[in-house]
Amino acid sequence: MSELFYDAAPNATRVAPPRPTERDYPDKPQEVILFGTCVVDLFFPEAGLDAIRLLEREGIRVQYPQAQSCCGQPAWTSGYADEARGVARAQLDILDAGIPVVVPSGSCAGMFRQHYRELFAEEPETLKRVESLEARTFELTEFLLKVCKVQWQDVGEPTRIALHTSCSARREMNTHLHARELLSTLSNVERINHDHESECCGFGGTFSVRMPEVSGAMVRDKTRSLMDTGADEMVTADGGCLLNINGSLDKQKQAFRGRHLASFLWERVSGEVKA
Amino acid sequence: MNQRIPVTELTSSFRERATCALDDSQLRTNFRTAMDSLMQKRADAFPDEDERESLRELGNRIKARALSQLPDLLEQLEENLTANGVKVHWAETTEEANEIVHSIIEARQGTQVVKGKSMVSEEMEMNDYLADRGIECLESDMGEYIVQLDHEKPSHIIMPAIHKNRRQVSKLFHDKLGVDETDDVNELIQIGRRTLRRKFMEADVGVSGVNFAIAETGTLLLVENEGNGRMSTTAPPVHVAVTGIEKVVQNLRDVVPLLSLLTRSALGQPITTYVNMISSPRKPDELDGPEEVHLVLLDNGRSGAFADAQLRQTLNCIRCGACINHCPVYVRVGGHTYGEVYPGPIGKIITPHMVGLHKVPDHPSASSLCGACGDVCPVKIPIPEMLQRLRQENVKKPSEGSKVKDGGAKYSAKEKLVWRLWQTLNTSSLFYRLFLWGATRFRKLTPGNVGPWTENHTAPVPAKRSLHDLARDHLSGHGRSNGPTKGGQ
Repeated sequence: MSELFYDAAPNATRVAPPRPTERDYPDKPQEVILFGTCVVDLFFPEAGLDAIRLLEREGIRVQYPQAQSCCGQPAWTSGYADEARGVARAQLDILDAGIPVVVPSGSCAGMFRQHYRELFAEEPETLKRVESLEARTFELTEFLLKVCKVQWQDVGEPTRIALHTSCSARREMNTHLHARELLSTLSNVERINHDHESECCGFGGTFSVRMPEVSGAMVRDKTRSLMDTGADEMVTADGGCLLNINGSLDKQKQAFRGRHLASFLWERVSGEVKA
Repeated sequence: MNQRIPVTELTSSFRERATCALDDSQLRTNFRTAMDSLMQKRADAFPDEDERESLRELGNRIKARALSQLPDLLEQLEENLTANGVKVHWAETTEEANEIVHSIIEARQGTQVVKGKSMVSEEMEMNDYLADRGIECLESDMGEYIVQLDHEKPSHIIMPAIHKNRRQVSKLFHDKLGVDETDDVNELIQIGRRTLRRKFMEADVGVSGVNFAIAETGTLLLVENEGNGRMSTTAPPVHVAVTGIEKVVQNLRDVVPLLSLLTRSALGQPITTYVNMISSPRKPDELDGPEEVHLVLLDNGRSGAFADAQLRQTLNCIRCGACINHCPVYVRVGGHTYGEVYPGPIGKIITPHMVGLHKVPDHPSASSLCGACGDVCPVKIPIPEMLQRLRQENVKKPSEGSKVKDGGAKYSAKEKLVWRLWQTLNTSSLFYRLFLWGATRFRKLTPGNVGPWTENHTAPVPAKRSLHDLARDHLSGHGRSNGPTKGGQ
């Protein structure tokens, strides 16, 4: 009976984050491929360029294959496995060069690392190529932190930020741990936790248009708790969440905005402030 | 018995019901408050992460092993229960299960049933079935009693009345029982208890659910916190337990970790106040206990899930409700929005097998696939993976055949075509770059209204130049560069 009448538990935390996935990291390579992702390509291209600059700053040559498009996630999560497989196969062909693939979006990296094997479960030959891609795929912050082992000098003005991480990226790529650790090395950056931090922002790909009522309630709660931190801005390493959160903030006519983590990091280390 | 008003019939679709729920600020506050507390309780109950993870892994394997020999275990269970003096009945459908329960009551010329909490009896809509035949069923679990009193359905599998706060319960008791309103939870419990106490003594038959049915010993294990389960299963002369076929486990050793996972995941308890282990009716030398004990084993679509190696994992479920408590969709729309017996993530993956996708076409889509459910599931059901699979089954062409009841319920030739075009766009470098060129060049022409997206967002305007263009220029040395310029393709 007592369970019927709970009183408020303010700022309750969410699920304990999943345990970090064990992974061996290679030495810093000379060359990588940047997989830009479709959302960054069209809506946040500067973030993609900043990712390239961050990698080049570490002395790495970056390839950007012009034939790349989308990882296939939208169709896969919508139940259209055949269409997702078709698009995935095209990316496999492009990313076959045997060098690391760096992705400025955790959920797309997670698609490569966790879901391509499901798409090609019945094609043993393709699976071998998938295994190679899995081993070579890194989310941007993971790559900077674990492979490049960056040692940065923060040249930016003191700032306070909130961090949002994509749920699937957190689970599949541990992006929350990598982003936090990277941000903690920046001496002038204070990261502030927000209420229900690990709760979904409501994007979920096509969920946001199939269930706009529920998705809208989720993103409004998320934007409110982000703004309640009093931070200067929000940063995230996932294009989908960023599109969702900024689109909602704009609709609400709020001045607060989110920014892709790659752009934020580039600004901190290069001192180059963009309008 | 008053006529219940099924929420499902008030409005037609998940989205419409969700809209109503989202507009109800009291309801949203009640759920947020309750779920925050439950999440915290679970987190506190598993202070050691390593222990939690190894226990979840163990739970998963115990259930997987049990399911791998499900038919054999069920036969063994029947054999041992029968040897213990418990009568076992098999029901493929809820209709059959109701007929069985009704015939047991009729044989005793019973008119009053007192019930412990049982979600399977909700699946069967047993109360209505028996009420139509002149038999009164009274729910004795406090939460169930409250929803029954208000002619509602449970909104949560563990806490049926969680959508109500204490003031709403107080008002309900005042209206229905004529007692004074009170904000004191203990007083409210006492009011309920006084009413129920008399009923335990009067009832002809007690009905309960089962948490674990143990094959090796022929034991029915039932956990509860109110004592009503023990009363329902021991005070009336007949006890009828109803349960789904997936509740069978091999032996008592298997129960130990599962029980710990169940109570800690559900309410953050190390163990429930009552753990009942029922192995037989009253024996000749015993002073109390029921004269007859029956077990009704219900399929109701479970064997459909069982038949598919991937979907079978759905049957791992031990009904702790943790996935519900952690679901960002459930916490906003509440249990009634789902329109079926089992709400939340577990409801979304199990209900299609029970009622078919035609009846719950939006269930697989009503998730952002955030994965909180899978992260907390004590028996590690990969719920997002199940949802994703159900989405595939949902949009299949019905003629292709499906492993799920009413597969293809959401098939749309138009949507299929859209995804085909999407595939073409994303597999042809020429088309894709043409698309980028058009989208960036004519960005000012982006319509201000792009369907459901613009209900919550301003329309997304493409950048002036795509990353394809920026990267090409940058890497070929046309853009500003601070590193090696060679590269690109």
